[in-house]
Amino acid sequence: MEAGVIISDLIEIKDMVFYRGERVIFNGLCMSVAENAVTSIIGPSGTGKTTLLRLIGGQLVPASGTVRVMGENVSKLSRAGLFELRKKMGLLFQSSALFTDLTVYENVAFSLRVHTDLSDSLIHNLVLMKLNSVGLRGARDLMPSQLSGGMARRIALARAIAMDPALIMYDEPFTGQDPIAMGVVVSLIRALNDALSMTSLLVSHDIYETMSISDKIYILSDGVAIASGSPEELQANQTEKVVQFLNGLPDGPVPFHYPADEFVNDILGATH
Amino acid sequence: MIRLLRILGQIALGRFAQIGRASIMWGSALNSLPKTSDARLFIDQIYVIGVKSLILIVMSAFSIGAVLALQFYTQLVRFGAEEAVGVGVAMVLLRELGPVVTALLFAGRAGSAITAEIGLMNATDQLSSMEMMGVDPLKRIVAPRLWAGFFCLPMLAIIFSAVGIWSSGLVGVDWLGIESVGFWAGMLDTVELWEDIGKGIVKTLVFALIVTWIAVFQGYDSEPTSEGISSATTRTVIFSSVAVLTLDFFLTLVMYGDF
Repeated sequence: MEAGVIISDLIEIKDMVFYRGERVIFNGLCMSVAENAVTSIIGPSGTGKTTLLRLIGGQLVPASGTVRVMGENVSKLSRAGLFELRKKMGLLFQSSALFTDLTVYENVAFSLRVHTDLSDSLIHNLVLMKLNSVGLRGARDLMPSQLSGGMARRIALARAIAMDPALIMYDEPFTGQDPIAMGVVVSLIRALNDALSMTSLLVSHDIYETMSISDKIYILSDGVAIASGSPEELQANQTEKVVQFLNGLPDGPVPFHYPADEFVNDILGATH
Repeated sequence: MIRLLRILGQIALGRFAQIGRASIMWGSALNSLPKTSDARLFIDQIYVIGVKSLILIVMSAFSIGAVLALQFYTQLVRFGAEEAVGVGVAMVLLRELGPVVTALLFAGRAGSAITAEIGLMNATDQLSSMEMMGVDPLKRIVAPRLWAGFFCLPMLAIIFSAVGIWSSGLVGVDWLGIESVGFWAGMLDTVELWEDIGKGIVKTLVFALIVTWIAVFQGYDSEPTSEGISSATTRTVIFSSVAVLTLDFFLTLVMYGDF
């Protein structure tokens, strides 16, 4: 850790700028994630929510600004330092990203086998505990190809918490879940956060579920955080963009259509 | 004109960046010599890359050895020198066809499979998830495949040459009736340990290095789409084949040449 850095938040992002090609994704983003809290990021599609998780994980490097995780400036870390930091993180991918050549059991046991010297019997118990917490202990011998999308997501969650990380990031954890599983995952995220004293960062489109478990929410748009606060504070926020997004209104400052020429001109242009 | 120069410049920069990424990958993998704890990963890859290529290598070698015996026989019998068939086949196989054909077959079977596997892992975020778990995919995925390829290709080339020589014996001695003693003794007298066998193995080591490097890098650097994986697999076979054939010329020039 760099000398003189005091950890007030687990994640601190300051004036971060990030481009994808020539397109600006983040234009001076500032935000922080408090320790032991559930912080959520919501916003229209294409605002870079998943990209933000990859920047925090050090898989992408910002053009300028800083991303500090647990006091470390992520973009300044060596490859070895980055891998060391990631041992304290968990990321639940939107695509689940299970290892297709390993069984469910081996997927969850993977990081325990690689990073620890625990005995097979202890790993066995830990894996079953994690699988039980997501309700899929009975699926331990299945291969990822035999799982439904919702089941794969829950297995990925069990794998992400296998090492009891200090920080866990969820990328669209509710997508593809049936109502029962959705309820379980929602309560599980909050329960894991509180029981294991973890810090959770959640990216989601599901406003109701996100609101129900978050301590703080950021709304991203146009490369910056346009609003932040507790769920109650955001609901009281009357900013046009915030109201449009939280209520799912088609008309408002956030356009539904990707920038394009007038529809009439396009049609006539094609005709001629 | 300026636009053309700009496009050419962009292509050149892209290629240099690719070579840089490939070199970094190779360097990282070299730093990851197989450890006892990772022995299982290495052995698994030897099975997938080497053992599973055996049938193809043996069948091809049998066919090529038999064809070479027939071709040599039809020419040499006119001069009453059919006993030299054994020497001819052994020289061609040990010096050239063994290393080259094995490398080409290896690129087509194992190289393309390595590229597709790593490319698919990349496209389905498996490499990213491994990184986020604090596990370096260069050490866990890339290094075992590189080292297994480097180990397997020379073995396969030796098997190829042995099977080819054996099948030429079946055709030449057992079928066409060439004097057995002349066929085998001529071969044993003429073939030299270093000059023919040793230099052939040196060639396979170079080919193993280049083919596995291309295969692993193309997979690791592929676009995470179905088209990306498809073109990466194609590139592996094309680049490997061209590299093997070109390198073979220069290696032959350096090792055997007195031109």
